[in-house]
Amino acid sequence: MEYFIQQLINGITLGGVYALVALGYTMVYGIIQLINFAHGEFFAAGGYMGVILISWLAAQGVPPAVCLVLSLGLTMAYCALLATAVEQVAYRPLRQSSRLSVLLSALGMSIFLQNGLMLTQGVYDRAYPTEITRGGLHFGMVTLSYMQILIVAVTAVLLVGLNALVFRTRIGKAMRATAQDKTMSALVGINSGRIISLTFAVGAGLAAAAGIMVGLYYGSVRYDMGFVPGIKAFAAAVLGGIGNITGAMLGGFIIGMVEIMAAGYLSSEYKDVFAFIILIAVLYFMPTGIMGENVDDTRV
Amino acid sequence: MTTLGSRRRWAGFAIGLVWFFFLLWPLMGIKPGGLEFLPALLVWARIAVAALFVFVLWLLKQQGALGLLERPAARLGGSLSGAARAVPRGLWIAAVLAAAFCLPFFAERYALDVVINVLVYVCLGLGLNVVVGLAGLLDLGYIAFYGVGAYTYALLSVHFGLSFWLCLPLAAVFAAVAGCVIGYPTLRMRGDYLAIVTLGFGEIVRLVLNNWMSLTNGPNGILGIKPPALPWLVDGHWRMLEVRALGGLYYVILGLAAFTVLAVYRLNHSRIGRAFEAVREDETAAQLMGVNTFAIKLLAYAMGAIFGGLAGAFFAGRMRFVSPESFTFMESAMVLAMVVLGGMGSIPGVILGSLALIALPEVFRGFELYRMLVFGGVMAVMMILKPRGLWPARRVGQRSEERGRG
Repeated sequence: MEYFIQQLINGITLGGVYALVALGYTMVYGIIQLINFAHGEFFAAGGYMGVILISWLAAQGVPPAVCLVLSLGLTMAYCALLATAVEQVAYRPLRQSSRLSVLLSALGMSIFLQNGLMLTQGVYDRAYPTEITRGGLHFGMVTLSYMQILIVAVTAVLLVGLNALVFRTRIGKAMRATAQDKTMSALVGINSGRIISLTFAVGAGLAAAAGIMVGLYYGSVRYDMGFVPGIKAFAAAVLGGIGNITGAMLGGFIIGMVEIMAAGYLSSEYKDVFAFIILIAVLYFMPTGIMGENVDDTRV
Repeated sequence: MTTLGSRRRWAGFAIGLVWFFFLLWPLMGIKPGGLEFLPALLVWARIAVAALFVFVLWLLKQQGALGLLERPAARLGGSLSGAARAVPRGLWIAAVLAAAFCLPFFAERYALDVVINVLVYVCLGLGLNVVVGLAGLLDLGYIAFYGVGAYTYALLSVHFGLSFWLCLPLAAVFAAVAGCVIGYPTLRMRGDYLAIVTLGFGEIVRLVLNNWMSLTNGPNGILGIKPPALPWLVDGHWRMLEVRALGGLYYVILGLAAFTVLAVYRLNHSRIGRAFEAVREDETAAQLMGVNTFAIKLLAYAMGAIFGGLAGAFFAGRMRFVSPESFTFMESAMVLAMVVLGGMGSIPGVILGSLALIALPEVFRGFELYRMLVFGGVMAVMMILKPRGLWPARRVGQRSEERGRG
């Protein structure tokens, strides 16, 4: 029982990370019907930028809490800018081309960014300063580390914030309108190019936050860390119904939970396989996902 | 014509590019030891110089300043191609085959090694070309079939001592079965869902190879695979001897590549090839015309897998060692890049693409590290500048609205 609760906690932590990454996929897909292969790279770039900023700020004598918040904010802003630049260079010129062209361009961008990271940051794992978040609460055999509390808290804040942005603000309304019908929304005066850029930026910002938290949680980052979590997060987005924001959050938690439970009770070697099997099964049996992909109101 | 029609769009693209590199710079410049902006800056500087060079060339061409060079070159090219057309096509093919046949007598070991590599990728690229180029199904897990072929031969050779030539068709059969197994559940999906699911399947195959210790020996791989045997004249008798010299291996892969080229060419011009094309252009219309789209797509998958399996069996025989490391997603992406770069659906294009991606980095040895970087960038830029590849395919069929224009 205690083992189960422990796994439950781990599953929620990991699920939160997947949910954050999955949101970027689902928002971009919802608005321009593109599987953004480079999205996993924003996650990795966020991880690297985070370790760079945290170690630098810590060396300047900034108190740990301020240091974390500051680097989280800066990294998210940085990755958001990077994503708009990628969008401008690799996707915007292809707005009128076939979808295969854009997909291949995204794949090319992903390879480019990943190898850029490898060339300049090295092929080895890069250690995260973990002393900031060491320790935790113990309930009998169950451990709830401060790190996990931090991840869940940050995830919750970001998810609530995103919900507010999409469903409560004018910008969010414009995003939903553009996702539903680009021509029509352009006719009522929405600058769809800017809205698309903004969607990329928001998605990449969330992925960057996830990257930092994964780095803190596992204690290291690697240049190719974006690839496998990227596919799993995409699986989460599909599971929830692609284009559906609430669905992506739910899907992320489900995929994280399944992975942790499968690793704990079935086989830890094959834990990655389960996420892929879920992806394939969902696409085969219910391609619109749990929440449905065409629920227009929740689509971005 | 490119997708960037107007000057204003070009300007936007250029500004975006500069902004993009500027943003990447801090990420790549900050090192654990401190700030080291120089290496990243050097890389950028090289890219910038190269881009500037191309841009200046393009400007000169626009201004007509290159006319001095261009006109004689065009005239020469025209007369050459005229002469080339006068020679019958069979002669050309014979000449290329003869040159390929004589190569081992002239080339040194290293060059031969590179050529063998290129030929392996030609097989892979043409196999993927059937799936992506002809049938229009984006497959991102193609390398799984290469892995299935390689492991089929490796296991049969090590455990049962079966010969290469017996295993070659077996590897093709296993790969085709794997293609059907993967294809059956996935082919009902739409374009980009298909891409992501094939990617997932490719990863599953790699993970299984990596973790099924009792069968595949996991990440340690399988050692002691026998190389292919060829009949050889020994003391006046024909014997099957194992080929260890590169020259022999070269002929084996040359044969396989020639078989692949011929098969894909014939496939392209057959009834099935037409059906592939119809499915690619418009699935609903193809179905209306009586094409069994599901069977045709499954067939495309199996056909593509067969060539991957053959190349895989050769790979195992040549390396005499297989491990899951050789079948990662990056390999899939590389083969896909060859097909895209060369021109989807075009046989000479794919050959050109594999030459460009395998042989060119060997020539520029110093840039080895930058290979994948350049290639990702080129892939993205190609989609903007030349979306149909270096050597675009000539379509066998025509759409009715094109026929009207003659």
